[in-house]
Amino acid sequence: MQLQPVEPWVVLSFSAAIFFTGLFGLLVRRNLLIILMSIELMLNAVNLTYVTFSHQLSSMAGQMSVFFIITVAAAESAVGLGLVIALYRTLKTVDTDEITLLKD
Amino acid sequence: MNAVNPIAFYLFAGIALAFSMMTVLRRNPVSSAFSLVMVFFSFAGIYALLGAHLIAALQVLVYAGAIMVLFVFVVMLLNSDAPSFDLRRTPGLFRIVAGLVCLALLVIFVRVFRHSPSTIAPGAFTVDAIAASGGNTRVVSELMFSEYILPFELTSVLLLAGIVGAVALAKRHGAAGRNESKKGAVDAAAAR
Repeated sequence: MQLQPVEPWVVLSFSAAIFFTGLFGLLVRRNLLIILMSIELMLNAVNLTYVTFSHQLSSMAGQMSVFFIITVAAAESAVGLGLVIALYRTLKTVDTDEITLLKD
Repeated sequence: MNAVNPIAFYLFAGIALAFSMMTVLRRNPVSSAFSLVMVFFSFAGIYALLGAHLIAALQVLVYAGAIMVLFVFVVMLLNSDAPSFDLRRTPGLFRIVAGLVCLALLVIFVRVFRHSPSTIAPGAFTVDAIAASGGNTRVVSELMFSEYILPFELTSVLLLAGIVGAVALAKRHGAAGRNESKKGAVDAAAAR
């Protein structure tokens, strides 16, 4: 059986699937670490969308954007994990339900 | 558009989908982290299939290398038996509603991608043009140091801000700790 070449919309749908997997994790998990991992999944899905459009439209702007997004994601995860560590040190928990400093 | 090899694409896509589900659903944070590594590697494979070779290399270096090491370190520092790692802590109704909303949005996105024709005129960087001017990495590098030089330089400011922020956050409460240790030294001297 000869498979058809992959159309761009299949790749775009695949990255949308990864994005919504990440969004689901962001909504249902209660641990800050797993939430950060879900955010990384969503960022990767967006990167794949950029690269697919760059490939489809024969333009390099998408790949340049991905380069800058990867840089921002690296800085974001370094600062985000630093926040998680600082929070764990202060409150001894990384549970989003138990972080209620602004409530009381 | 140059054809993407279907067998390799569906292999990488299947691996990425399965392991991203595991990242989100597994209880053990270590297995979540290592599933995320597999997702990053298969994304690198898909980037290479789409002709973005530099991005594929960066994906392996930055995501699967640097970011994942950070995640694994933090997993080791935290208590991985904490109940907050359990998916069942979230109310069941909320989980079902969140899943349905995500699924509905995914269906809408797939329909949009499937049925919307591309009205944008293709640019100059076709596969043949890139191959003729020395490959993907060379083309991206030349653009980065000519057309995109300003964002490239601003990136260094962002990274500096990231370093300063991470160090400031990870530091123990500086002034309080120093006062305590000074007080301790004074007490020790008084005792002597």
